Amino acid sequence: MRYLPHTEQEIREMLKTVGVANIDALFSTVPDPLLFKRPLELPAALSEIHLRNHLRDLSRKNAHGEDWSQFLGGGCYSHYIPSSVSYLISRGEFLTAYTPYQPEVSQGTLQAIFEYQTMMAEILGLEVANASQYDGSTGTAEAIRLAVAVTKRHKALVARSLHPEYRQVILTYLKNEGVAVEELPFTPAGTIDRAALKKSLDEQTACVVAGYPNFFGVVEDLSDVAEAAHAAGALLITSTPEPLALGLFKSPGEMGADIAVAEGQSFGNAMSFGGPGLGVFACRKDYVRSMPGRLVGETVDAEGQRGFVLTLATREQHIRREKATSNICTNVALCALAATITLALWGKGGFKELSRMNYDRAEDLKEKLAAVPGVRIAFSGTTFNEFVLIPRQKPTDVVAKLIGDKILAGIPLWRWYPELAEGLLVCVTEMNTDEQIDRFVAALRRLS
Amino acid sequence: MNFPEDLKYSKEHEWVRVSGNIATIGISDYAQDQLGEIVFVELPDEGEEFEKDDAFGVVESVKSVNDIYAPLTGRIVEVNDPVVDSPEIVNEDPYAEGWLVKIEISDPKELGELMSAKDYEAYIKEESE
Amino acid sequence: MSTGGRGFQFQEPLLFEVSREGREGFSLPASTKPRREPPAALRRLNDPRLPELSEPDVIRHFTRLSQWNFSIDTNFYPLGSCTMKHNPRVNEEVARYTGFAHVHPYQPDETVQGCLALMHALEQYLAEISGMDAVTLQPAAGAHGELTGLLLIRAHQTAKGNPRKKILIPDSAHGTNPATSSMVGYDVVQIKTGREGRTLASAIAAEMDEDVAGLMITNPNTLGLYETEIRDICDIVHSKGGLVYGDGANMNALLSKARPGDAGIDVLHFNLHKTFTTPHGGGGPGAGPVAVKKILEPYLPVPRVVQKENGFAVEYNRPQSVGRVKAFFGNFGMLVRAYTYIREMGPDGLKRVTELAVLNANYIRSRLKGSYHLPFEAGQMHEVVFSDKIQKESGVTTLDVAKRLMDYGFAPPTVYFPLVVFGAIMIEPTETESKETLDRFCDAMVSIAEEAKKDPDLLHKAPHQTKIRRLDEVKAARELKLRYDFKS
Repeated sequence: MRYLPHTEQEIREMLKTVGVANIDALFSTVPDPLLFKRPLELPAALSEIHLRNHLRDLSRKNAHGEDWSQFLGGGCYSHYIPSSVSYLISRGEFLTAYTPYQPEVSQGTLQAIFEYQTMMAEILGLEVANASQYDGSTGTAEAIRLAVAVTKRHKALVARSLHPEYRQVILTYLKNEGVAVEELPFTPAGTIDRAALKKSLDEQTACVVAGYPNFFGVVEDLSDVAEAAHAAGALLITSTPEPLALGLFKSPGEMGADIAVAEGQSFGNAMSFGGPGLGVFACRKDYVRSMPGRLVGETVDAEGQRGFVLTLATREQHIRREKATSNICTNVALCALAATITLALWGKGGFKELSRMNYDRAEDLKEKLAAVPGVRIAFSGTTFNEFVLIPRQKPTDVVAKLIGDKILAGIPLWRWYPELAEGLLVCVTEMNTDEQIDRFVAALRRLS
Repeated sequence: MNFPEDLKYSKEHEWVRVSGNIATIGISDYAQDQLGEIVFVELPDEGEEFEKDDAFGVVESVKSVNDIYAPLTGRIVEVNDPVVDSPEIVNEDPYAEGWLVKIEISDPKELGELMSAKDYEAYIKEESE
Repeated sequence: MSTGGRGFQFQEPLLFEVSREGREGFSLPASTKPRREPPAALRRLNDPRLPELSEPDVIRHFTRLSQWNFSIDTNFYPLGSCTMKHNPRVNEEVARYTGFAHVHPYQPDETVQGCLALMHALEQYLAEISGMDAVTLQPAAGAHGELTGLLLIRAHQTAKGNPRKKILIPDSAHGTNPATSSMVGYDVVQIKTGREGRTLASAIAAEMDEDVAGLMITNPNTLGLYETEIRDICDIVHSKGGLVYGDGANMNALLSKARPGDAGIDVLHFNLHKTFTTPHGGGGPGAGPVAVKKILEPYLPVPRVVQKENGFAVEYNRPQSVGRVKAFFGNFGMLVRAYTYIREMGPDGLKRVTELAVLNANYIRSRLKGSYHLPFEAGQMHEVVFSDKIQKESGVTTLDVAKRLMDYGFAPPTVYFPLVVFGAIMIEPTETESKETLDRFCDAMVSIAEEAKKDPDLLHKAPHQTKIRRLDEVKAARELKLRYDFKS
């Protein structure tokens, strides 16, 4: 067994040192009736060759982005990952390190996280960002918990246009914490209904939670929402499933958001069937002591050299136990590292340029599809790289019929939005070639 | 370690200095020493009321968090803001500059339940064994 | 002295400090679409100050940073409770197969049969390994699994008419246990560890009543000891209508040897990044699948992967479910790695893993006994806890020992945990370490114990050989600098 280095001779020597006759004797504290005596019913061991063949076969049962045209977004995006990103995050020193609790031997991870925190704070336009949460959905739920802790109020107004799975996670997280969750409807433009917002905002409201862009790809200026929330003593939380949009559009901070969450998968992390993601979490500095998750801070060592450490650990579960700000222990350090490397490569210019390219390509497809007879665009609001299409046929039928063309046409909305049962969420990124876009338009024309 | 004779002490390691119906409260030299370098102090707002033994604030070092418990029932009349900005004052001068809050005493009888400096010293000796 | 020298360890500035205006490190195709202008009112006002660097700049920067990290690939990483075992590279390779990495979660079921088949099989493997009936792969980490597990217990109790108020937790538990209980709306009742380092059935009986929703217990516990009274403990909890949550952090001690489900555990989380070799990655991503007994199956998070006549499908409609704990399906990339590992090891391999992990821990225990104080007698499973009681006589603490170990080229063990042992030094060697490595580590520990007697100051000031010396954590907490200051 290649991962187990012990020779029979060594095992004998070690047993002798321990002072027992055999390995079974090491398990003598397990009461006999609880010892498991039959072999586990698992498939027999595979050699590396057979293992790879088996996994290759399994993977080939999936339709994937290299052979298929994917027009899928909805919180998980296909973006180009530069070769150097995969190379660097595969380095064993990053890949096989533990949480940087011992700073003297973890400066690599710590400095990279400090750089990550800086980049995320810059992109979201807020003062501080933490070392990351599991993903955009749990990050958004944690943001509401933070708003509740800061305001000591117990009502959250959540936009119906926020990612529906994020809304489900919010309900799961908050149902036992005495927080009432109310939904804010959307307008025909796909934006938050301001009249409904005014009606629901009151002195019980801890926060307003808006998708930005929202699940329909719509980007709206939330400055007035921030003002209204602040006037009522509540916070504005923005939740961004596609932060590449922030290369072109206002940052949450510029609109007055108090807490900004994002799903950072778009930055250098593969879709990987939806996980792992990267929960980006930023807020005003005033809330830092109530913030969930790890934070890296700058300091100096005994010789005055700059160094980095995990800081404000007293917020966390391993010290504060039942009074911790959250039970979260892990961050997604390797995904955060991939994002940091990707953004370092894109840089200021590349980030903007890629954002432009996504917007331009989506606008192009939107126009072309809107010109197909019987097809229309559901919302009049500005969108980034995805939009809701109302095709002539049922969305599930469109999706099924285009499978033959190796086109994954979009995400039917009926599951989450009965009122948008005709809607198909279509996404375009730099990964969709001109040819793919043209074939998609032709296919929809055929179905019209 | 220093335990001024003119103060009263609680089992939770707070000290109390009484002047009329106002009690000044801080943490003892022993408490600050046990905590190590204090990096954060959270104090209540003026006007808040606490029952005896309620947690009214927090002191933190890098690796630990401790609640501060009200040694007496009363209403907060003054908060020592400088220690919030410079928590190291609590380490440096726990009995003077490092005081935390002043309260208006509701029930003077509770003072009888606090320890003298001598009893407190014996108490911590016993506790640390 | 082996490693840790300062030889090729460069100073490396922050990315923002080496940025040069106009440099670029990306390669994008030329734009083929007309440029569009979104409404001016929506446009970003200030560009994020991302660095401007070439690709060689970036590669060199992160390569240098990586060299400042200790890792399993560097040397022995004996962190107790973290199971720092070798991370097979074949796992990494298969997880990056195009047919896994470039698959979108909202593709139609018929286009993701490979993903669903893998998840379905992994659920069954984990159920068999733990002796449970059903598994959800959705939780993203151990603590997330705990949250899911307690939500399930709450749902079960609520369905029986009363969610109840309290959760019992031994004082040796991980901090996530009480923190999770609070998030799920339960008060925590701490159970004192018995004199021999184990939870006593009598201690549970004394606290167990109809207000208690359940018990959270880690077995083997964080002292590395098997909870010998576990069967009775589960019976006591069950007799009053409670359920037992098993913290699976220490599953490496049990594979094919003892199954939590057989001992009466009702719900258990796994840490795939501990037991099943998915990499720790400097703090994540992990994966924390949750296994349950039949009674809890109706409450598992949505969606579920189900097998139908014509293949696998994703099922959303489960009215009793606690809901969703994460977007999409869980940390799928980690699931691929764990699946690959289980398929490579097979039933005999997994059994050997546990046997050798336990042998290694007992070997370290025997070799270091005498040099370091052992708070509990015998019965060690996969990890061993010492304390600094002997070293304290010369003023040397656990922290000093931990820092000094770095000078010998080893990662420090877990320190000051579990809280029930003062000055705890918690060592978990795992099965992938050879006898020679353990010997070198034990030699270093013995040598440090000698140094502690002769030259305590050497230890107080350790580490001496690392890239950076002891860091001022007080300054970090008082002066909070959490991001680069562009003005300076």
